[in-house]
Amino acid sequence: MSYVIEGKTGNWEIVVGLEVHAQIISQSKLFSGASTKFGGEPNTQVSLVDAAFPGMLPVINRECVAQAVRTGLGLNARINLESRFDRKNYFYADLPQGYQISQFAHPIVGEGTIEIELAGGETRQIGITRLHMEQDAGKLLHDQDPTRSFVDLNRAGVALMEIVSEPDIRAPEEAGAYLRKLRQILRYLGTCDGNMEEGSMRADVNVSVRKAGEPFRTRCEIKNVNSIRFVMQAIEVEAARQVEIWENGGEVDQETRLFDPGRGETRTMRSKEDAHDYRYFPDPDLLPLVIEQAWVDGLKAALPELPDAKRARFQKDYGIPFYDAGVLVAEQSVADFFETVAKGRDGKLAVTWVTGDLFAALNRTGRTIENSPVSAEALGKMLDLISDGTINGKIAKDVFEDMVETGESPDAIVEKKGLKQVTDTGVIDAAVDAIMAKHADKVEEFRSGKDKLFGFFVGQVMKETKGKANPALVNEALKAKLNG
Amino acid sequence: MLTGLTLTEARAGLAARKFSARDLATAHMQAIARLNPKLNAYITVLPEKDVLAAADAADARYADGTARPMEGLPIGVKDLFCTKGVKTTAASKMLADFVPPYESSVTQRLLDAGSVFVGKTNLDEFAMGSANITSAFGSVLNPWQRKGDEATALVPGGSSGGSAAAVAAGLALAATGTDTGGSIRQPAAFCGIVGLKPTYGRCSRWGTIAFASSLDQAGPMTRSVADAGLMLEAMAGFDEKDSTSSNRPVPAFAQAVGKSVKGLRVGIPAEYRAPGLPAEIAAMWEQGIAWLRDAGCEIVDVSLPHTKYGLATYYIIAPAECSSNLARYDGIRFGARKDAPTLDGIYERTRAEGFGEEVRNRILMGTYVLSAGYYDAYYLKAQKVRTLIKRDFVQAFEQVDVLLTPTAPSAAFAQGENMDDPVQMYLNDIFTVPASMAGVPALSVPVGLDAKGLPLGLQIIGRHFDEETVLSVGGALEDAAGFAHTPTLHAEAGA
Repeated sequence: MSYVIEGKTGNWEIVVGLEVHAQIISQSKLFSGASTKFGGEPNTQVSLVDAAFPGMLPVINRECVAQAVRTGLGLNARINLESRFDRKNYFYADLPQGYQISQFAHPIVGEGTIEIELAGGETRQIGITRLHMEQDAGKLLHDQDPTRSFVDLNRAGVALMEIVSEPDIRAPEEAGAYLRKLRQILRYLGTCDGNMEEGSMRADVNVSVRKAGEPFRTRCEIKNVNSIRFVMQAIEVEAARQVEIWENGGEVDQETRLFDPGRGETRTMRSKEDAHDYRYFPDPDLLPLVIEQAWVDGLKAALPELPDAKRARFQKDYGIPFYDAGVLVAEQSVADFFETVAKGRDGKLAVTWVTGDLFAALNRTGRTIENSPVSAEALGKMLDLISDGTINGKIAKDVFEDMVETGESPDAIVEKKGLKQVTDTGVIDAAVDAIMAKHADKVEEFRSGKDKLFGFFVGQVMKETKGKANPALVNEALKAKLNG
Repeated sequence: MLTGLTLTEARAGLAARKFSARDLATAHMQAIARLNPKLNAYITVLPEKDVLAAADAADARYADGTARPMEGLPIGVKDLFCTKGVKTTAASKMLADFVPPYESSVTQRLLDAGSVFVGKTNLDEFAMGSANITSAFGSVLNPWQRKGDEATALVPGGSSGGSAAAVAAGLALAATGTDTGGSIRQPAAFCGIVGLKPTYGRCSRWGTIAFASSLDQAGPMTRSVADAGLMLEAMAGFDEKDSTSSNRPVPAFAQAVGKSVKGLRVGIPAEYRAPGLPAEIAAMWEQGIAWLRDAGCEIVDVSLPHTKYGLATYYIIAPAECSSNLARYDGIRFGARKDAPTLDGIYERTRAEGFGEEVRNRILMGTYVLSAGYYDAYYLKAQKVRTLIKRDFVQAFEQVDVLLTPTAPSAAFAQGENMDDPVQMYLNDIFTVPASMAGVPALSVPVGLDAKGLPLGLQIIGRHFDEETVLSVGGALEDAAGFAHTPTLHAEAGA
């Protein structure tokens, strides 16, 4: 599957690389002890270091380093045992130090890969160039006062990971798949919550276009795109814009652009001439960051199972199809829920119930898996009732709906409503006899060759037993008596 | 008299109850009141009641036997150390009204050792200068005067000129300084006192206003080598808030003074015999060599081949770091702000009006050498040369235990001299900069007077974290020189 822009002069392919800024989950900031909690009153989570008071010095937060290493390991990437911090110098009111501490020349994580899955189950490897740690800036508030702007430094100094991909992406939907997969891995690792609305994950998108077989052409960088949908849209419109420029004999300028989702277009933010000269140099306040291989190994050993591995294991252990396994591992909480349900039970039955009735119920009630009206344990118990013949599949649907509504245990519902499956052959035989007597004409028809009526009789017997009869036993009894 | 004592003498006198900490504090507050208007050594003098209250607390500790190593000793603090609740200006208009809500690690340690702070001493703006003429609060006057030319005002050196003048003139028993390229040692030499720049990392930089982070180091400025050891002991030590501070244990530095130097090897670096070195300085150096030889040291000729690049690389690296360190003075969160209709306008006005000319020059130089297209040629190359300079010292210290050099290429010069040519001014640091670049400890000891009656200092440079040997050799030099001169302007000179 390839994405092609059909131009006047032929087909164009697109070349995309993504720089994702992911906020590291940590109690305190990258170089200070101030809290990282989201949503505090402005300027209540600011240390003297964050506000860059005279004489203040940064001290690296070990937990942030561990999070970056975990992420690197999760991306199958090289961990650099020695990395360094540099200063990226520029003036802005949300940047108290007048520089951002970042890792420019020597990042903590080197090359890695992410496997993405496309529609139809095709997979592709997208290269990771690097991952480095850096400080976030504060926030400017322009809407508090007609003539003045305010600065909120709560976010200033919070740890970010910048995860840079190779220019391996060739379609908007690959970019979407990449971001979803990256977010999934970060969430599994617990290193970033991936919440794009709160800004804890945002992407800079590098886009260029070329004819097949050509070297790269000039790229534009679209800054700070804050949803996966917008990233895909931005790539589409930016690529189209560039094709039009090239085809009209123009030259694409290397520049920084912004995506306007309202108008569905990108526009210039900074041209190359206005590009900042960041004057990077090694931060003399910080020593090179040296970590031990043994420490990295310890972090690796403690990593949770990641989505790809989990998916393969689900297929193997529970005998469920690739696609279903993918649905289950998309969110770790769903995977955990499923596993609680499926453990020691019929995996196929479990996946049917989780992705079918449970998802439908969540949808209907507007709940998430975390606050599901039916717990994994309760659903598991209900499956036990099916397996041990206490209830049949049809009654199970009613029991489940009852569980959703009342939150009661399946046993209690079955008990209270007398839904226990009828397996007493005497009772079933009696019901079969009654139905055959009531529909003697249909019995004749059946016996003279109208086999299709068998279903009719099953339905009638079930109805007679209020659905509680064991369908297999009903079949058996009917077969014997109708043919007898 | 109380204002002429060494720390060691004063500590002994207090312990023996010959005088009280209150007596000592009062004598210093009176001396400051009398001489500071002339010397301008202090930017801020602490309120007398606060100083006396601290002295009284010290007296109580002497009374109940809980006196600490610096108990009751009146100390001046360079106005680059942030002091909680006390205005800290860095001698800049930018911070003219800045009152830190925190205490620097070094001054906190001094307070914890019982020191009584009397005031914040003047300096070159943001510690950038070698003559203490760039302070926004006026120049500091050197208390020494040329014989027969008392009318010519001399500079105290810089940047810790206020500290040097205060200690020399009896306005503090000792003072803190900071040294980036010579800012403790050169003013110590110019004012006839002892100044020690410890190994980089020995004292915490937390809470000290940064000039050039990879070079800045706090140290003591005192009247004797033993005092320098005593005070450094109080100042030094690991600080988890400064990633570059060393976690090595702090030795009993004062005990190193007086130890025999017999058999120690003293290196004389050939490259410091610069052409144009004044004969008096050269002669004083020869005298120092002779004294140490007499004390049993072995004199060894050594080479530090990259010395000639020291000043040039220093004036790339220090401005580069300063251009970034001083970016935080933008008028947004603290300090002076000059309003303008745009954000860039606020930056431009605030920084143009808040910084003096020398600071602006260095920020411009630093910005230039870090710029795209120049970084490799300047900053990166300077870092490589710095590595070579450091290696010079490490290799020299395979042959010798310490190095002996002059501290400065001249005695104190007059205010107004060297002022139109910044490069001439920068040459003051030619002997002090290499040790700063290498991060090794270096001590300036006053050893004599020149023909005009001005003090001259010799510098002892040691191995990384070997301040003890530096202090031992400094003590031997001090003993041999017997420097007992005091400047014309002195608290104990006739009022």
